[in-house]
Amino acid sequence: MMDKMIFGRYVPVESPMHRMDPRAKLLMVFIFVFIIFLANNIPTYVLAAAFTFIILRLSNIPARFLIGGLKPVFYLILFTFLLHIFFTKEGNLLFKWSFIEVYEDGLRQGIFISLRFALLILITSILTLTTTPISITDGLETLFNPLKKWKLPIHELALMMSISLRFIPTLMEETDKIMKAQAARGTEFSSGPIKNRIKAIVPLLIPLFVSSFKRAEELATAMESRGYRGGEGRTKYRLLEWEGTDTVLIAAIGVMTVLLFILRA
Amino acid sequence: MQINLNNVEHRYQKDTPFERVALREVNIDIPSGTYLAIIGHTGSGKSTLLQHLNGLLKPTKGSVQIGENTIQAGKKDKNLRAVRKKVGIVFQFPEHQLFEETVLKDICFGPMNFGIPEEEAVTLAKEAIRKVGLSEQILDKSPFDLSGGQMRRVAIAGVLAMKPEVIVLDEPTAGLDPRGRMEIMDLFYEIHKEAGISTILVTHSMEDAARYADEIVIMHQGTVYEKGSPREIFSKSDELVTLGLDVPNTVRMQLMIENQCGRKLGQICLTMDELACQIESLLEGGVSK
Repeated sequence: MMDKMIFGRYVPVESPMHRMDPRAKLLMVFIFVFIIFLANNIPTYVLAAAFTFIILRLSNIPARFLIGGLKPVFYLILFTFLLHIFFTKEGNLLFKWSFIEVYEDGLRQGIFISLRFALLILITSILTLTTTPISITDGLETLFNPLKKWKLPIHELALMMSISLRFIPTLMEETDKIMKAQAARGTEFSSGPIKNRIKAIVPLLIPLFVSSFKRAEELATAMESRGYRGGEGRTKYRLLEWEGTDTVLIAAIGVMTVLLFILRA
Repeated sequence: MQINLNNVEHRYQKDTPFERVALREVNIDIPSGTYLAIIGHTGSGKSTLLQHLNGLLKPTKGSVQIGENTIQAGKKDKNLRAVRKKVGIVFQFPEHQLFEETVLKDICFGPMNFGIPEEEAVTLAKEAIRKVGLSEQILDKSPFDLSGGQMRRVAIAGVLAMKPEVIVLDEPTAGLDPRGRMEIMDLFYEIHKEAGISTILVTHSMEDAARYADEIVIMHQGTVYEKGSPREIFSKSDELVTLGLDVPNTVRMQLMIENQCGRKLGQICLTMDELACQIESLLEGGVSK
């Protein structure tokens, strides 16, 4: 069922993007999410698309896999595109057929917004596809470290995040197992009347909750018995190393920002 | 009910970078009423194989024939319910599947899903709970108040109450104490003998395979490595070791004795009684060094 999902999934291949520091990638994505809104004409969109394309090429993720995984989002993009086309009634009338009217501005807006949407999704997917969840958490923790001055529990938040990320596959496995066990006892999860399918959630959710609570308790006991007592004075096993390529990436996104400011209408 | 696997292949996550072949060219025929044990190293495809036996997984190539129903790669199947009613699976740690308020309701869950009316399901539940060696008093309790061993038995009763024609067992005794193991395994054997139910046991325990099975299939790297009676399989102890498998304790003992006194015993001994008999006749014949 989750076979083709790509969101939040890590693809273990070798590539320049994979080797980069998670902090650099996080910063890049963070900045990109803002500056994509600077784009408002053809040159700026071409520039943003080219940047995304280069990042994609550097990540060594098979295009077929990427496209297959983005299919659900594609329909969403198509939907926004159609909304823009039909509801923006400015500029020259390009096309008219009974009640359907397409205006120049509508078409332009539709294309631009869909493109912006697609680029945002691609760039953020590249982050998770090329970075293990654990390094994303490490990166976030160091990036947000200054906020500790204001008594924000950064270490605890990062720990919470890494624990939840760590248990996603376990939970998925467990879900799959229990679904199969109940299916073998005659529960229909994917066919039959909708009422029965909703009812089928109960025999799945209850065992999942029971085992999650059990697991949380076991984890807490295990952490305590190994002497865990929070982030104070804790050293790291995985050290992040900022390298030349990381600086290049940040410089590139900086240049992008400047260019977008110059080229935008 | 007969089950035939014809040239079954299964790939997980097909058409993604995570694609992985779990089964290839698997051909197994399981005649009605057989007790078949499937052994193999971790990751040899045992669990994937057993999920094909009632359509939880579909082959990506080849076909699985279960009684009159055929599940074929690339075809839509409509009769999965009928198949699942006839083939009951007891998964590893089956107690994880319990969810109802009372034991009775949980055992009735399976039968009622397959359209059996409530009164009849209750009768079946009572019968099943006795079969697994628990008292009827337990039926009104919450399954979450029971001990681990009791929960396991209740979960097994939930499968038995469906009155399957084939029972598939995936390590049914994992995590139980030795006595509980024996009781559960003897229980399944009794049901197998009594009702002529085909039983397919996936196990790491060579002792269980030797003691109960009519036939053993060794899985290795996703395909059938060898098939044969327990005696045939366990007479090739060297081969088993290279596959990362073991021989039953009795066979290991037998090999030690044979090595020590330089003589072969009459047959491969699968149970302690057989071994005792053989040693007795060896001693009567006198040990010659």
